Amino acid sequence: MLSKKQARAFFLGGTLVTFLIFIGLTIYSFSKGNDQSNHENITESVVRGKKIWESNNCMGCHTLLGEGAYYAPELTKVIDRLNMKYNGQGEEVIKSILMSPVPWQPNGRKMVAYEMTEQEAEDVVEFFRWIGEIDLNGFDRIVSPLAKEDNNN
Amino acid sequence: MKYKSQKVAYWFFALSMLLLVLQLVYGFVMGFARIGFDNLHEFVPFNTARAVHTNLLVVWLLSGFMGAAYYIIPEEAQRELVNVKLAYVQLISLAVVGVVAVVGFHFNYWEGRKFLEIPRPLDFLVVINVLLFLGLILVTLFKGKRRTTTALVLSMGLLFAALLYLPGMLPFDSQVMDSFFRWWVVHLWVEGVWELIMGGILSFLLIKLTGVDREVIEKWLYVIVGLTFLSGVLGTGHHYYYIGVNKIWLIVGGIFSALEPLAFLAMALFAVNMYRKGEKKHPNKLALYWTLGAAIVSFVGAGLLGFAHTLPQTNLYTHGTLVTAMHAHLAFWGAYGMIVLAIISYSLPNMTGRKLYLTPRGRAAFWLSNIGMIGMTVAFGVAGVAQVYLERKFGMDFMLVQKEISIHFVVLIICASVFTTGIIMYIIEFYKHGRPTDEAMEVSIQ
Repeated sequence: MLSKKQARAFFLGGTLVTFLIFIGLTIYSFSKGNDQSNHENITESVVRGKKIWESNNCMGCHTLLGEGAYYAPELTKVIDRLNMKYNGQGEEVIKSILMSPVPWQPNGRKMVAYEMTEQEAEDVVEFFRWIGEIDLNGFDRIVSPLAKEDNNN
Repeated sequence: MKYKSQKVAYWFFALSMLLLVLQLVYGFVMGFARIGFDNLHEFVPFNTARAVHTNLLVVWLLSGFMGAAYYIIPEEAQRELVNVKLAYVQLISLAVVGVVAVVGFHFNYWEGRKFLEIPRPLDFLVVINVLLFLGLILVTLFKGKRRTTTALVLSMGLLFAALLYLPGMLPFDSQVMDSFFRWWVVHLWVEGVWELIMGGILSFLLIKLTGVDREVIEKWLYVIVGLTFLSGVLGTGHHYYYIGVNKIWLIVGGIFSALEPLAFLAMALFAVNMYRKGEKKHPNKLALYWTLGAAIVSFVGAGLLGFAHTLPQTNLYTHGTLVTAMHAHLAFWGAYGMIVLAIISYSLPNMTGRKLYLTPRGRAAFWLSNIGMIGMTVAFGVAGVAQVYLERKFGMDFMLVQKEISIHFVVLIICASVFTTGIIMYIIEFYKHGRPTDEAMEVSIQ
């Protein structure tokens, strides 16, 4: 029968081993050749776009990379999707929504009117463009019909 | 013997109840917005309500855990808390940080990172607050007459929870890196060190309520928390499948997160077996309801419903849908909400001297809140599965799908009303106990 000492050794040993493996896998994931996060294409504009994304808590309604609040659409590959819907005008549509002084309300669900400047809206679009180029292990094909078509061709 | 300094726990529990009520209010704001009644949009847009709802969840649970530690540690260490005044300072500063954060969310003062929306300057105040708390707990434990496994596991959980807050404060230019290390905080809290805290509280309650030998209970506590870390640490990988990191996480996360229900199953079996083995018939049946309830509901909510969408093949379609909300609600409620309500139900009669052990209102609070939460989970689940098929399988537009599934949010609001009725009854019962007194602490049942 298991003793208390053995149980403690199981807890401490198991924790230590799994945590060391976890650290090792983290280093492996971001090492050269294994990193698929599109890190090399981050520009100043993308960083500014990310800051705007965070400072307005866009994730409090939308999802990005599948993470967020499920109240408003997933924005991974959003440019591709809107390009399909608006004849290649996806980026312009996004910018007009972000710069609008009145709330955008598709199907009655309201978005905050952010009244961004053209530069800010452009930075957010750059951020979305960068997000759209990340290798997501197939998730992009699920959230974007265009990516799905590309993949099938 | 009881210790007068344990009384400080009462005020942490009272703060916890207040924040829980506020959390529910913002939950309703979101529920109504989802069915088209977004009348508060100008003052409380959805992202504000959402940030308040989730952050209040974290803070009311933390306040409950802290109260639990202030109640349990003196009793386990067999000495008074080293400094009661500082404990009150810590309580007030926790409340102030919470209030400033919640008010700030209404004025675009936040970080916009899910679950970690508290802005950076306030993060530092949180760190100072938690360091003060840990100092008080650990010094009390260190100076105590004995160091029990229960106290050590609880303290270790609280210490790791504080340490793991730090990766969430690292600044990154990359959304992928940001997300990767955010899960070090959120996942390793919820599916790691918080389970240590839960295990510690559960162990304390089972020792007190069932009378089973401490050595037996604490041995199994080690096995359970061992299983938790063995599966939970590498199980973090289930958040990394589709956020832009290496495919190796599909395998590692898939295998280890599939093992995570084992820890919760062990916890449920452990609690039920100890109850059956126990010969002591403690009169506080309500505390026993909440204790066993926490062990069983956490297995269903965190274990089974987590497993339902944790494999990469399933998660590819459910990632970023309401299926996650289904799992999250029952998991948080079962594993953490109920264990906080269990320790409150156990300690309140001891602190106040009013033995309201199993009143009709207390019993109704337990059943209504649980039935309501199960109903909410089902509503989220049906909406989530419908969303997966319509949006992810058949390619329907997000907003059109939201319209199709809005009826499930009417059901959600009805069930949330049942849940809230239960919580209100619990809080009335809390209020009816009155304030803690020194006399009550001296005569309370061991």
